[in-house]
Amino acid sequence: MRKILTLSLLVFFTSVQPGLADDAPTAEALERGKAIAFTRAKGNCLACHLIQGGELAGNYGPPLLLMKTRFPDRADLRAQIWDASVREPTTRMPPYGRHRILTEDEIDLLVDFIHSL
Amino acid sequence: MSGRTERTMGYRVIKKILPLSIFIGLTFAASAMAGPEEDRLAIVKYYAERFPDVPLQEFANGLYAFDEDAREQWIEMEDFPPYEIAIEDGQALFEAPFANGKSYADCFANGGIGVRQDYPYFDTDAGEVMTLELMINRCRESNGEELLPYQIGDLAAISAYMAYTSRGNTINVKVPQDNPAAVAAYETGKQYYYTRRGQLNFACISCHLQSAGLKLRADRLSSSLGHATHWPVYRSKWGEIGTLQKRFAECNVQVFSKPLEAQSIEYRNLEYFLTYMSNGFELNGPATRR
Ligand code: HEC
Ligand code: HEC
Repeated sequence: MRKILTLSLLVFFTSVQPGLADDAPTAEALERGKAIAFTRAKGNCLACHLIQGGELAGNYGPPLLLMKTRFPDRADLRAQIWDASVREPTTRMPPYGRHRILTEDEIDLLVDFIHSL
Repeated sequence: MSGRTERTMGYRVIKKILPLSIFIGLTFAASAMAGPEEDRLAIVKYYAERFPDVPLQEFANGLYAFDEDAREQWIEMEDFPPYEIAIEDGQALFEAPFANGKSYADCFANGGIGVRQDYPYFDTDAGEVMTLELMINRCRESNGEELLPYQIGDLAAISAYMAYTSRGNTINVKVPQDNPAAVAAYETGKQYYYTRRGQLNFACISCHLQSAGLKLRADRLSSSLGHATHWPVYRSKWGEIGTLQKRFAECNVQVFSKPLEAQSIEYRNLEYFLTYMSNGFELNGPATRR
């Protein structure tokens, strides 16, 4: 009986989990995304962008704030990070996805964090 | 896409330079028929419009043209400039005779004093660009002496002394328009400057033209204009003086692209283009940079 309960719970959680992740990433996931954004050997976004909570930011690119206003659609934000040159051929931002600077999973975590700003 | 790759510092170094030429919509890049002088005037105009408060000659001071705080520290450093020893060493090395009794003075116009403004130049017979550093080694070679490393050390010191004797002279690099090989060398150097490379996919212009005056973390970016006036440079980060091409290599590595060898044809063409852009500027080397 117990077994069946845990199993059904598991099924329940796994089936709703993706929906949850899309709408509201967990605090833990956001922390991981933030670490990717701030770490020099990962996103190093602070080299160019002012981001709340980050230190020693550059101003090579625009400050990253009010991101849901700038990018209502999460997919557009992901596209900007994956390869900024699609939107702007003369971009000065590195193509994190196209040049595999970050993995797809890292980009997803990062996008959730940036979208939350 | 990327050819052979190798992990370094969490990034992959892209071995093959990505053949992604970019043709930025900036006016001077756009007109295909423009010659070196049109390019130079367009760059001067671009910076003058973008930084109306910066007097032209100031661009020869690199990032200090834009950064007040860094500038103050830099001026203080000039009280006891750390490149002074290099000038003294360089003079001693320059004046010491070779084993055959000849010296550097025999290899250069005017005995090598006050000549830096004429380098690099295009040697029509050899069909290639000659930089001052290359000619220092060619001089050694023709006198039966061993070659010196190009980036730091004795050769940089000799270059520092020669730069010092040329202070105040006006850079006067020539790209003879009636010499297609010279024009081609210039154009190749220019193309290198505008081409994206490395995993981070930057061209030289991404940082020094499009982003001059902005900050990459704590690094204020200098302008292309005036980049060639003050070499070699004592850099706090290096803890010694280094040549312009050492800096080229470092900027390549920053974007995770493989640096070229100092005095390779590519770097010489790049130096030819970049120095031409500084024509009309007064030489003010050697210098210090953070
Ligand atoms: C070396 C510089 C640089 C780095 C590093 C960088 N960016 Fe950018 N970014 C830019 C620039 C410059 C722009 C302005 C638009 C353009 O040039 O494409 C930009 C634009 C953006 C935009 C669009 C902003 C808007 O309002 O339109 C987003 C979002 C963004 N960057 C996110 C990131 C994230 C996330 C990272 C780290 C993973 C990052 N950037 C790293 C330079 C950089
Ligand atoms: C990602 C940014 C970036 C790119 C791309 C880049 N540089 Fe740099 N460069 C810097 C930084 C940062 C410095 C140190 C601060 C300064 O002086 O601008 C620097 C300094 C220099 C200097 C010394 C300036 C001085 O006043 O002494 C030269 C010369 C130079 N770069 C040439 C190049 C060339 C040539 C290329 C292309 C092969 C290039 N850079 C590409 C960031 C970059």
